[in-house]
Amino acid sequence: MAMTQAVQPVIRPATQPTTPARHVTVRGRASFWLFGAAACVALLVLLPLAFTLRQALGFGAANAAELVFRPIVGELALNTLMIVAAATVTSAIVGAAAAWFVERTHLPGRKIWAVLAAAPLAVPPFITSYAWVSFSESLQDFNGALLVVTTAYYPLIYLPVAAALRGMDPALEETARSLGLGPWTRFFRVVLPQLKPALLGGMLLVALGTLSEFGAFALLRFRTFTTEIYAEYRLSFDGSGASMLASILMLLCLVCLALEFRVRGLSRYDRMDRGARRAPARYHLGWGKWPVLASFAGLTLVTLGMPLGMIVYWLLQHGDAAITPVEVSLPLVLDATLSSVGLGLAGAALTTVLALPLGLLLARHPGRIATLLERIVYLAQGLPGIVIALAIVSLAIQALRPLYQSAALLVVAYAILFLPLALVSVRAALLQVEPRLEDAARSLGLNRWQTLWRVVLPLAGPGLGCAAALVFISVMTELTATLLLAPIGTQTLAMQVWADTAALAFAAAAPYAAILVGFSLISTWLLMSLFGKTAVLGATS
Amino acid sequence: MVSRFSRVAGIAALLAASFVGAAHAATLTLYSAQHPQTVTLLTKDFEKQSGIAVRVHTGEGPQLAAQLVAEGQSSPADVYLTSNSPELMLLEGKGMLSKVQPATFGEIPAHYSSPTGVWVGVMARENVLAYNTKMIKPEQMPASLLDLGKPAWKGKIAIAPSDGDFLPLVSAVLALKGEAATLEWLKGLRTNAQIFDDNEGVVAAVNRGAVATGIINNYYWARLHTEMGDKGTHSALYHFGNADVGALLNVSGAAVLKSSKNAEVANKFLAYLVSPRAQQLMANSKVTYEYPLHAGVAPDPILKPFNQINPPQLDMQKLGDDSQAVALLRKAGLL
Repeated sequence: MAMTQAVQPVIRPATQPTTPARHVTVRGRASFWLFGAAACVALLVLLPLAFTLRQALGFGAANAAELVFRPIVGELALNTLMIVAAATVTSAIVGAAAAWFVERTHLPGRKIWAVLAAAPLAVPPFITSYAWVSFSESLQDFNGALLVVTTAYYPLIYLPVAAALRGMDPALEETARSLGLGPWTRFFRVVLPQLKPALLGGMLLVALGTLSEFGAFALLRFRTFTTEIYAEYRLSFDGSGASMLASILMLLCLVCLALEFRVRGLSRYDRMDRGARRAPARYHLGWGKWPVLASFAGLTLVTLGMPLGMIVYWLLQHGDAAITPVEVSLPLVLDATLSSVGLGLAGAALTTVLALPLGLLLARHPGRIATLLERIVYLAQGLPGIVIALAIVSLAIQALRPLYQSAALLVVAYAILFLPLALVSVRAALLQVEPRLEDAARSLGLNRWQTLWRVVLPLAGPGLGCAAALVFISVMTELTATLLLAPIGTQTLAMQVWADTAALAFAAAAPYAAILVGFSLISTWLLMSLFGKTAVLGATS
Repeated sequence: MVSRFSRVAGIAALLAASFVGAAHAATLTLYSAQHPQTVTLLTKDFEKQSGIAVRVHTGEGPQLAAQLVAEGQSSPADVYLTSNSPELMLLEGKGMLSKVQPATFGEIPAHYSSPTGVWVGVMARENVLAYNTKMIKPEQMPASLLDLGKPAWKGKIAIAPSDGDFLPLVSAVLALKGEAATLEWLKGLRTNAQIFDDNEGVVAAVNRGAVATGIINNYYWARLHTEMGDKGTHSALYHFGNADVGALLNVSGAAVLKSSKNAEVANKFLAYLVSPRAQQLMANSKVTYEYPLHAGVAPDPILKPFNQINPPQLDMQKLGDDSQAVALLRKAGLL
C-alpha cells in the first residue's frame, strides 16, 4: 500500500510539457462540467482529511491534550522518528551506491543488476516482512524493522539516482578532472551536488513510505504511529480515539510531501543544450569488481531471494501437520484470488475514470485552478492508508449507512489512495493526444462527448491502460484499507497472508503470498515490456 | 479501439457487480473475534452439516462489540462470537442480545455463561506466565500476578496491553483488589514491562530470549510450540496457584443479536457451537488450544488438565464489561 503510494512521484514526468497557447485559445474555456467533475474528485480526496481533523478537533483542548501527551505517544514518536531516520539513511546509502556502480562502472552484468536492483519494488513490504518473521523470530525489533523497510524501499532512491547519473553531463566531470581533481574529490564536489535533488527526493519518499507503513511493522511487532492507530481501532472501533494519533501522523506525512514538492520544484541540474547525449565515463573496477559483485549478489539474495525463497520453503512445508496446523483448501485460495482480482479490477476502473476529468483539465485547460486541483489530489500521497480507511469507516457509519460495509466503499477508498498514481499516467497520455485531431472531429460535427469517446480515449488508450494496470497492482497488494473496509465474508489474498502470519501459521500463508507476489511481479514485468522501462521506472531527471 | 476499451470497461463493471452481489447472497452473518483459522474450521463444518452458508466478519473483540453498538438496530450481524466474556456483558447490559434457547444453554455449565441467559460460553483459556527456560527458573516465579508490578521484576516481563485478552485481566484485578491497587500494579508494569502489540508477540519474545517472562493466555504458547516444534521451544508455562487473579479464566462465548433477521438460523449456529461435534472439532484442531466447555469433551493433551487449574472465584457479573479497563490502562500510561 504505502509502497505503491510512495512510488508515484518517481514516475511523475519531471518535465511538464505545456499545451501550446494556441490550442487553449481555440478551445476556449473548459466546460462547466469538466471543472465540476474535476473539483468533485478533488473534494473526494479532501473528505477523509477533513473528517479526521474534524474528529480530532471535536475532542476539545483538554481531552485532546490528555490523548496526545500520554507517555505512550512519546514512545511511539521516538520509535517512529528513529525508524524513519534510520531507514532513510540506510536506503540512501544502499540505493545510491547500487546506482553508482551500475551507471558509472564497468561492472559485469550491469544490465541485469539494474533490473534486479529495482525489482524489490514489486514485492509488497508486508510480504518481505512475512518472509523474515517466518525465517527468524529474533528479527522482531528495531533491527528487523530497519532491515525490512530498507530492503523494501531502497529502490525509491536507487531509481531516481540512477536516472540522474545517466542524465548527467560528462563534460562537468571531465572539466574537473582536467583541473586536477582526483576521483574522490570529483565525486564529492561535482557528482554529489548534481545528485542532490534525486537523492533528497528519494529519501523523502522513503520517509513517507516508512511513516505510513503498516503491514510490515505490524507483522514484525514493531510499534509505530500506524500500528498504534490500528491497536486503538481494535480496542474501540470508532475512530475518535485514534483520530488524534492519525492527525499527528498525517501532519508528519504532509510535511514530507511538502518538502518533496520543494526539492523537486527548486533544483534542476539540466544541461542548457538538448544536443546528442554522450554516455558518461565509466570507471574500471579492476580487482575491486569481485567484492562489488558479491555485494550485488548479496543484495539480490536479501531483497528478492529471501521473500521468494521463504515462500517456496513454506509452500513445500505445506501438509506437514506439525508445522502447519491450518488446512489450506483450493476453494479458499481460489476465493481469495477472485476477491483480490475483482477488487483490483473495480479499483483500477474507478480510479482511472475518476482521474480522467482532472487529466483532461490539466492537459487541455492548464491554469491556476487545474494546478490547485492537481495539488489537492496529490495530497492523498500524504494520507496513510490507515487514516483514510478509519475516516471512511466512521463516515460511513455516521452518514453513509447504505454504503457501509459495501465493496463499493472499499473501491472508493482505493480510488482516493491511488488517484495520484493514476493521474500521472492519465495526464501524460492525454497530453500526447494531438489537439488538432479533436478540432477536426468537432469540425466534422461530433459533439464534445462523441469526440472524447471516439477520438481522445482511443488515442490515449495505452496510457490509460498503464494507469489502470498500476492501480490494479497497488490494489492487489494493499493491506490496511482492505483490512478495515472489506465487506463481510470477503477474504483477499493480502488479508489471508495477514491473518495467517499474525497467527504464526506461516505455511498456511504461503500459497496466498505466492499468488500475490506472482501477480505483482508478472504485472510489473508486463507493464515494463508493454510501455517501456521509463514508463514504469520513471524518467526523473 | 473504442470497442476494445468499452469491452474492458464492461467486463470490469460486470465483475465488480457480480462481486458486490456475491457478498450479499449468504444467509448467516457472524461477527467473530475468534482466530480466523478456528472460525473457518467451524463454519465450513457447519455449512456442510446444515446447508446454511455463513459469512464472517473478523475483528478484535472490543472493536466488534463497539461496532455492534454503533450499528444498533440496522446491524447485519446475526451472531457474535468473541473470545472474552466482558464484551458480551457489555452487549448484555445494553439489552442487545436475545435469550439463548434452553437446550443450547444447558449444554454448558451455567457459571461459564450469561447470568441472564442471553449468551453461552463456548471455550475457555487460562491466563499464565510464559517464561524462558534458559533465563529464569520455575522457583523464581511470583506467587501472585500483582508481584509483577514490584521493582524486583523490572525488565523481566512482557505484556500486550492493547490485545483484547489483556482487558479482562485488568477488570479482574479491579474487581478483586480495587482501583488503587490496580492502578499501582499497572504503573508498576509500565515501569517494568516490555510492551507488545499482541500475545503472539509476547510469547515469541519470551521464546527467543528477548525477555524472561510474559503474561499471556495459555493457548498462544501451545500454538508457538506447534509451529516451532520441541527443538525450537525454549519456553514453558507457569500457572498461578492459590486461586490467584493471575490464573483468571477467559471465557469465549457467543450470542444471537436481538436485531438479527435470521434468528432461527442464528440459534442453530449457537446450538452447533456447544454441540459435542463442534467442541470435539475445536479440541482436536491443533489451532485453538482452548478448553472446550462441554463437560463430555476432553481438551488437547498439551494443556494442563482442566480440573487442575486454579482460577480465582469471580462470576461474570463481577468481572463486568471492561468499561473501566481502557481508562485505567491509559491512566497508567500503557495505552
